[in-house]
Amino acid sequence: MKTNEVPQDPKNFREGDKVNKLLYAVDKNGNYTGVTSAGWEAENFATKQAWDAVDEELAMTAEQVKRGELSPIAYYMHKCLMEPSLLAKYVGKWTWQVKRHMKKANFEKLSSDVLARYAKAFNISVEELTSFGK
Amino acid sequence: MSIADYKHYQHAHCESGVTANLLRHEGVDISEPLAFGIGAGMFFGHLPFLKVSGTPGTTFRTWPGAIFKRATQRLGITMHTQRFPNPQKAMKALDDVLATGKPVGMLSSVYYLPYLPEAFRFHFNAHNLVVYGKENEEYYVSDPVLEQTTRIAPEDLAKARFAKGAPEPKGFMYYVKSVPKEIHFEKAIQSGIKQTCFFMLSPPVPWFGNKAIFLLANKIQQYPKKLTPRKASLYLGNIIRMQEEIGTGGAGFRFLYAAFLQEAANILKRDDLQGFSQELTLIGDDWRNFAYNAARVMKDRKEGIVSFDELADMLRICGEKEKDFFKRMQKLKW
Repeated sequence: MKTNEVPQDPKNFREGDKVNKLLYAVDKNGNYTGVTSAGWEAENFATKQAWDAVDEELAMTAEQVKRGELSPIAYYMHKCLMEPSLLAKYVGKWTWQVKRHMKKANFEKLSSDVLARYAKAFNISVEELTSFGK
Repeated sequence: MSIADYKHYQHAHCESGVTANLLRHEGVDISEPLAFGIGAGMFFGHLPFLKVSGTPGTTFRTWPGAIFKRATQRLGITMHTQRFPNPQKAMKALDDVLATGKPVGMLSSVYYLPYLPEAFRFHFNAHNLVVYGKENEEYYVSDPVLEQTTRIAPEDLAKARFAKGAPEPKGFMYYVKSVPKEIHFEKAIQSGIKQTCFFMLSPPVPWFGNKAIFLLANKIQQYPKKLTPRKASLYLGNIIRMQEEIGTGGAGFRFLYAAFLQEAANILKRDDLQGFSQELTLIGDDWRNFAYNAARVMKDRKEGIVSFDELADMLRICGEKEKDFFKRMQKLKW
């Protein structure tokens, strides 16, 4: 890549345009040098797609919570970009337990201590957690 | 040290960038490409069974921590490294070192760094940054991927240092203890190059090194048959992100490594390395071309089997060229 070929396609979503990253390119004398880049169309598209997939899944989960199929834990887990195995580590439970808690019926039986742990992992209040979808 | 003494330089990659910034602070004249090359950072790996947020893992670099460790060892620099059982001890230890005036490198999770744009904040736990001071209950941060220095609240930094999930940073921090009077770049460069050739060519398993490029090509060819169009598109997208998103310097570290070879050629006064550098630049352009076309296939999901075949062939060409490249570089006489 030559210095004049370094793409400058702004990543204009989710504050992506706040950062210009450094790329290495060859100048006209054949020497490598660092050039800042706003982004590249191909890469922006891939990042955008990954975020769109997150949004779609989140919207789907929100619906399921509202229908009473899943518990709010499922919603906030997706919102925090976590998976059951990662969330389990944050709340000090096994993955299978977290998966159980994602069912509405089991969620309602959770103690305030466990709810507080989930709320802490999601960086929200217990109130926000329990009232979601109601 | 007062905070003003620390000089921040923006770099392409976090680990080689932190290594270069910490060493420069100690008066070692080292660039990011040199740190990257001596640390044998360039690599390739594809692990179809290791799913990261649902997509198979692809990497263009060596495992986290290796660049920093190899580069400092090869240059004869003594580092202090430490992990901690809990955030209190970790933050206390950080404050103690900062009080002596040393900038400190550390591992963190990108997800918990509020100063980064949301677009980049996924759960990635092996991000390196330097903290070079504390004032008014705020830490001064030199994050090598940013143009400017920034600040972070102690609670946020503690969270980022103790993120869960693999790999767990456990508050890992490091700083330079001592630098030898004379630094011999020649030997360090040689062993860095030898190691990169070895790692690219030797792994006897299909998931690592040059072989993995062909594995990925075969997998891509199967995407339209085995996956839904949506999944196939997400999988391709993930490869592009690993290759081009923040932190690789372009073409999945290939340009960064070519920059290293050029600098090595000047230090060792060897024209053959200059030739290798130019060659790798062209291979890097092939990788960029692959990413560009992969994005096009993603945009038009209907295109189907033909275009995935073409993508696979593009990758195979990159793989063939790199294989030949490293085989010849391995035979260099030093």
